[in-house]
Amino acid sequence: MRTPPVQERSGPIAWLRQNLFYSWISTLTTIVLLVVLAKFSAFVFQWGVVNAIWSVPTGSQGPNSDACKAVQGSGACWAVITDKYRFMLFGMYPFEEQWRALIVVLLFIGLYVMSGMKRFWRPALAGVWTLALMAIGLLMWGGVFGLQFVPQTQWGGLALTLILATVGVAVAFPLAILVALGRRSKLPFIRWICVAYVEMIRGVPLITLLFMASVMFPLLMPEGVNLDKLLRAQVAIILFFGAYLAEVIRGGLQALPKGQYEAAHALGLSYWSTNRKIILPQALQLVIPPLVNNFIGFFKDTSLVLVIGLYDLLAASRAAIGEPAWQGFAVETYIFVGFIYFAFCFAMSKYSQKLEVHLNQHRKR
Amino acid sequence: MRRVVWQVLAALIVIGVFSWLIGNAQANLGARNVASGFGFLQREAGLPIAEHLIPYTPADSYLRALVVGMLNTLWVAFWGIVLATILGTVIGVARLSKNWLLAKLMSAYVEFFRDLPLLLQLFLWYALLQGLPPVRQAIHPIAGVYLSNRGLSFPVLDWQTAHSWTLLAFILGLIATVISAKRATRKSLDDGRQRATWPTAVLLMAVMPATVVITLGAPFALDMPSPRSFNIRGGVTVSPEFFALLFGLVIYNAAFIAEIVRSGIQSVSHGQIEASRALGLKSSNTLKWIVFPQALRVIVPPLTSQYLNLAKQSSLAVAIGYQDIVSIATTAMNQNGQAVELVAIIMGVYLTISLSISALMNHYNARIALVER
Repeated sequence: MRTPPVQERSGPIAWLRQNLFYSWISTLTTIVLLVVLAKFSAFVFQWGVVNAIWSVPTGSQGPNSDACKAVQGSGACWAVITDKYRFMLFGMYPFEEQWRALIVVLLFIGLYVMSGMKRFWRPALAGVWTLALMAIGLLMWGGVFGLQFVPQTQWGGLALTLILATVGVAVAFPLAILVALGRRSKLPFIRWICVAYVEMIRGVPLITLLFMASVMFPLLMPEGVNLDKLLRAQVAIILFFGAYLAEVIRGGLQALPKGQYEAAHALGLSYWSTNRKIILPQALQLVIPPLVNNFIGFFKDTSLVLVIGLYDLLAASRAAIGEPAWQGFAVETYIFVGFIYFAFCFAMSKYSQKLEVHLNQHRKR
Repeated sequence: MRRVVWQVLAALIVIGVFSWLIGNAQANLGARNVASGFGFLQREAGLPIAEHLIPYTPADSYLRALVVGMLNTLWVAFWGIVLATILGTVIGVARLSKNWLLAKLMSAYVEFFRDLPLLLQLFLWYALLQGLPPVRQAIHPIAGVYLSNRGLSFPVLDWQTAHSWTLLAFILGLIATVISAKRATRKSLDDGRQRATWPTAVLLMAVMPATVVITLGAPFALDMPSPRSFNIRGGVTVSPEFFALLFGLVIYNAAFIAEIVRSGIQSVSHGQIEASRALGLKSSNTLKWIVFPQALRVIVPPLTSQYLNLAKQSSLAVAIGYQDIVSIATTAMNQNGQAVELVAIIMGVYLTISLSISALMNHYNARIALVER
């Protein structure tokens, strides 16, 4: 059987024929998908825009959500967002001081954007990070320069999510490098500790580590020492991130040819300078894309602090719909929160894809 | 010499930190009058568990409550892995479809569900399920299926001994089909003639069980669910908690599995496919003999870690009220304060699950791995 010669045609009709209607099965698929898509979009538009309630009057007993209850099922109630967005974003942070938490969020975003640009990849970036994290701490706690002191128990919302994720990664990263090196060390005891740490942490769900931090940690501390719940959760998160990052970095270390080590050895470099000057720069460069993918996972995983009662973005939103007026409008709230998580994760995901292409350029011929 | 010094130093630090922590724990537990040890497992739990795969009442011991929780974890993880693999494979293959619309929609699915926290998705599904009407006004799309805020109810076969025999016949037929298909493949590779395997398959897997059904006269009676005022009687009802958890796990993990499957298929070089076409293989056989065996080598290792993730993610059950091992152990912890023992039990359970999945998948991986000389 001979296939007919390929028709070199261009234009929208040819494109449609080649990509949507090239056989009867594909035509059927396309039509079914188009119908489903049209019905779904029409429903979403009707529910989310046409029948939606955008704001409700506020009386002496708080918001009056009767208008929302009237259209429930057929229309969205975005009024819950307009009423509660500040609580979702900043939790129980004092209302008048929320501009500080807002600046913290913007600072974080600025840090991410800057760290993503290759032209800033130099040692000074570490300095910028240190300074920015100090500024963030100052803004969140306050207590100096006339800023009101805000205890950690009142931190919450998006600001808390970003703190947990960023501090988690910033501390876990150096830890992970040490553990990854330790796992490949020639010293059996050190190797054994590192393997035990990584496998123990990776073998259990993050949720159990968080429960451990909230229930067991106070037991393990001497009488009278009482670490804040947020700090305990942060420690659990760091240990968790560290174990996963260590495995990614180990992958990069394994990918380096043995000749690199031999060359460094021949130059008479010590163990630490071999790693610092020769091995790690190459190994880390190799694993940047999987690192970014891990960061996405970590960002989403911080939402689990909800189970130990910290008011991060997701937990604060759940608390917002606990209010009698807004009970039953969970879907709208989750859509709003989902949009925020999605914006961060999607940006990272697109960035990682671009980076992969960019970093592989030198391998193409 | 330096090596020894470093190691002794590390050992001293580790032992020092651990003995300090354990000393503190002993002092604290002593002060709180909590008896350490696993003796509490024999005591009455008094803890209600809605869903149990084995008989359970609140009068049973903590040990039994924890076993119930472990079985609930395994139950949801098992179905999660099976369904997510099926859905993920379908989506992964569809992403490579020549149909532009299908491929785009599937990649939108992957991007969308990968970038939302699983916990958020679970809450969303759970909220949607709770928004369903009460039992009295249950949604009733086809006979015997009821969807209400009590969950999904559907009819099941009224199981009889004859059905067990039929099932046995089907399983034997399945095994025989696999064996005969393998033999046919080997013969085809020997003489190059391609044989149809479906007649044997139909004979073994359909005709044989059907004969058993007819000879034993198995009655086909369905146990239909019927809505009462507050609850549904008969049939099988899947609780909203289980349904939301399973649905969330499947939807979320399918997005990751789809990517794994896609990258596996794409890793097979196009020359292989062209070569098999040049040899005159049918396209179904090209997939079966050339593409899948090679793609599996790339797919299985990341798929293993995805299964491990799914099993661990099932612990999010605690957030929506499905009583898995974590949920039951934390409730027990609040009742009796045996935090150390219960955390140890949770960790033991998950380490066992993880190691079992790894062992199974590594065994499978070793079988499909490239034999190098």
